[in-house]
Amino acid sequence: MSGVPEMANAGAAGRSVAALRRTSGQVVLHLILAGIFLCLALAPFLFGDVRSQQVAARICVFIVLVASYDLLIGYTGIVSFAHTMFFGFGAYGAAMTLRAWGPGWDAILIGGAAGVLAAFVLAALIGLLSLRVKAIFFAMVTLAAASVMMVLASQLSDLTGGEDGITYRVPGLLKPATKLLTDADGKVVRLFGVALNGKIAAYYFVFLSCLVLFGVMLRIVASPLGTVLQAIRENELRAEAIGYRVVAYRTAVFCLAAVLAALAGIVWAVWLKYTGPDTALSFAIMIDVLLMVVIGGMGTMTGAVIGVTVMSLAQYYLKDLMQAGADATAALPLIPDLLNPDRWLLWLGILFILLVYFFPAGIAGTLLKKDR
Amino acid sequence: MQKTTQMLERFGGVNLLPVALALLALLLIGSPSTWVTLTVAGLSMGMMIFLMASGLSLVFGLMDVLNFGHSAFVSFGAFVAASVLSALAAWNVGDNGFLNIVALLAAISAAAVFGLVAGWFFETVIIKPVYRDHLRQILITMGALIVAEQLILAIWGGSPVSVPRPAILAGSIIIGDISIEIYRVFAFGLGLLAYIVLYYALNRTRIGLLVRAGVENREMVEALGFRIDRLFVGVFMAGSALAAIGGAMWAGYETLITPALGSEMMILVFIVVIIGGLGSIEGSLLGALLVGLMGNYVAFLMPKMSLASNMLLMMAILLWRPYGLRPAVKL
Amino acid sequence: MSDTILSLEDVHTDIGQYHILHGISLQVPKGGVHVLLGRNGAGKTTTLRTIMGLWQARKGVIRFADADITGMHTSEIARLGIAYVPENMGIFGGLTVQENMRLATSNGRFDDQRLQHVFALFPAIEQFWSKAAWSLSGGQKQMLAISRAIIEPRRMILIDEPTKGLAPAIIRNMIDMFREVARDTTILLVEQNFLFARSLGRGVAVIEDGKIVHHGTMQALAADQGLQTRLLSLSLDAHQ
Repeated sequence: MSGVPEMANAGAAGRSVAALRRTSGQVVLHLILAGIFLCLALAPFLFGDVRSQQVAARICVFIVLVASYDLLIGYTGIVSFAHTMFFGFGAYGAAMTLRAWGPGWDAILIGGAAGVLAAFVLAALIGLLSLRVKAIFFAMVTLAAASVMMVLASQLSDLTGGEDGITYRVPGLLKPATKLLTDADGKVVRLFGVALNGKIAAYYFVFLSCLVLFGVMLRIVASPLGTVLQAIRENELRAEAIGYRVVAYRTAVFCLAAVLAALAGIVWAVWLKYTGPDTALSFAIMIDVLLMVVIGGMGTMTGAVIGVTVMSLAQYYLKDLMQAGADATAALPLIPDLLNPDRWLLWLGILFILLVYFFPAGIAGTLLKKDR
Repeated sequence: MQKTTQMLERFGGVNLLPVALALLALLLIGSPSTWVTLTVAGLSMGMMIFLMASGLSLVFGLMDVLNFGHSAFVSFGAFVAASVLSALAAWNVGDNGFLNIVALLAAISAAAVFGLVAGWFFETVIIKPVYRDHLRQILITMGALIVAEQLILAIWGGSPVSVPRPAILAGSIIIGDISIEIYRVFAFGLGLLAYIVLYYALNRTRIGLLVRAGVENREMVEALGFRIDRLFVGVFMAGSALAAIGGAMWAGYETLITPALGSEMMILVFIVVIIGGLGSIEGSLLGALLVGLMGNYVAFLMPKMSLASNMLLMMAILLWRPYGLRPAVKL
Repeated sequence: MSDTILSLEDVHTDIGQYHILHGISLQVPKGGVHVLLGRNGAGKTTTLRTIMGLWQARKGVIRFADADITGMHTSEIARLGIAYVPENMGIFGGLTVQENMRLATSNGRFDDQRLQHVFALFPAIEQFWSKAAWSLSGGQKQMLAISRAIIEPRRMILIDEPTKGLAPAIIRNMIDMFREVARDTTILLVEQNFLFARSLGRGVAVIEDGKIVHHGTMQALAADQGLQTRLLSLSLDAHQ
């Protein structure tokens, strides 16, 4: 934790002299960010195959999810394990109305709004109840709440589809068969060889929604609220003494993060056309988010972007690599078992522990600190 | 109003909650024989959860360390015990009651020894570098939990493992139209024994005195000339061993276990520790009995609400007493 | 140097990112009550905690009875014969008075003579012997904290603002009590209450912004009104 305040200071100091000189770490960081942004913005044109677009869309949504989680853990020092629960509220809200009312923007809007509202109310309740006490207590309460919600979702199968989840159709604009532009023959127009169909529309729906949400968060952390939050994180008693109502602020941030997570959940539900425990509610997602935020760097919005990208790429492509490794070492004892693609979390877990020990500031934080 | 409160205090105050809950359930359930069966199930489940929760609570109280990896000890305990019981299957399921008991004791001891060793490793390698840093502590113990769960998957595989129950503990006692599983009585007895031993150790020994003082104010105990960190390793090991024993008992109770067992139990363990108040074994016992009874009654009355009811119970108790029913430190 | 029991040389202590002690140098002679005066936030408590090893000095040397105790573990420092009474008194509320006292002994057994001595000084300790400590009043808790410090022979006792929040009548009793205790040990007392400090102290040091700005005898400071105003400009309410 001690690295984080320093890092924030470094960021502030860095900005004031930015016009004159940037540290090499910052240059590297900005290059990486620009690269990620370009890849995501042009994903349908750069990567033709379906799997890559899936990865790109997931990265977009998870950037919002992880950044909103970072508002809690990095900026405010609150550890919550209920973040996927709020994500799930948004996703299930949209999914249930889409299934009940059929495809339509009204279903997404109303169902999504209901999900967001539910997330807000539950966050306010949990926050007011348990943010008064120790951080660790809060972590336990959120963990318990999230687990109960998970069990409820699988038991109330009439509403949620249980373990199978819900499949539904999305508004016409976003269907792959939709032609955005047609030429004289009524065929879909191609731009750089990519058909301008509903699939592209769906991707840009995801990309732009997430861009807006991420922009909102950037705005929040740069606002006076962000400063107050950091003051609270660094010294709770002092912040209280200055007159900040710590519990109120914390609860507000918790609610805000919950709402943002729910919004990300709606976008995810629309993109996937499917919502189930594995995609929107499971504890595995919570662990992913935690790993992403720590790997990227807590307390920096840029860290969220980097963490999500690194982890997502690893998740999709590391398994291939491990399989190759397992095949190559098939003759040896034990090693192929440990390299079995199903065991990839084992390695990530070990990596995670080492990161928390040796690079608690994560990739972004470590880059920012360099050359200071 | 004040008079009633005082009277309630005299008869045990919050300790009466499980009794009140049981009486309320009797009214709702109606049938006394069903009620007895459910109550016995609830009490024995509560005692098994108590085994898992007490160590976590003490470790937290003493060192401000909340070990999110605690459930790994529960899972490992269950699987170690299952393996031992399977290896000793001939003794375990034979007619010889004595050999049954030997096999059972071997399984429980194996789990306990595993808990001690793993606890020592966990404390010195994983947790010691991040004392007093809550955020990193939560993250690291979470990471350790991920690794531990993956190890269980690697060692025992992902499919459910069946646990042979010792023959002497199989079956039920029938009294009139009431039927009570012997294993449940045994689980309750073992939990009670653990509580008595813990209570005695904490209240009648010098080490126990140090632990109780350390839970309240670690620095002051050090300023009086004692090394809390050395004491802490011991408490951590004992807590891990208790969790492993709890896991072993739970394995015999469920008879079919999956690697998810630990994390499933952990929800209840957290609820128990929160309800009871961190750092006190009396609180853990009270919380565990409440959760065990609540879970079983509601599972009968409204099957889908079982876990949610415990969540609601936790919320209600937090509203009433934000630090739990019997926290270790008087404020 | 055998006359000096505790010495600090250029001690710097940081708490988190705040630099609190900016090079404290201090010598405490053996015997009697010595007072560290200073305003809120001047670094008094930090000095005591640094001596006890509860916070680590970043720089500088602390010696106790000619042994270097810088960087030693708190429990080892305590076992050299230093007792510490923190500002919040450090009472274990869930334990009984007896258990609190027992923890302050090195082997769990009481020396009967010393115990009777404590009872004579503080009858309340005997009266509430098997009561839970949280049920004591503020003054009684302070007495328990001090009883713990003197239940075994100590070479030195560090006491942090014992008068805080106590009624004037209790404070007057404490003056006599401290004189009695200081007969066979050395007390380093941190105070804001100058009247209390003046009636007890042999030596005095004044701390300001993490530095020692004055040291000398209490007698000289008490006689020099001008010096007092300049050094302490202690809020007049402390003189009440």
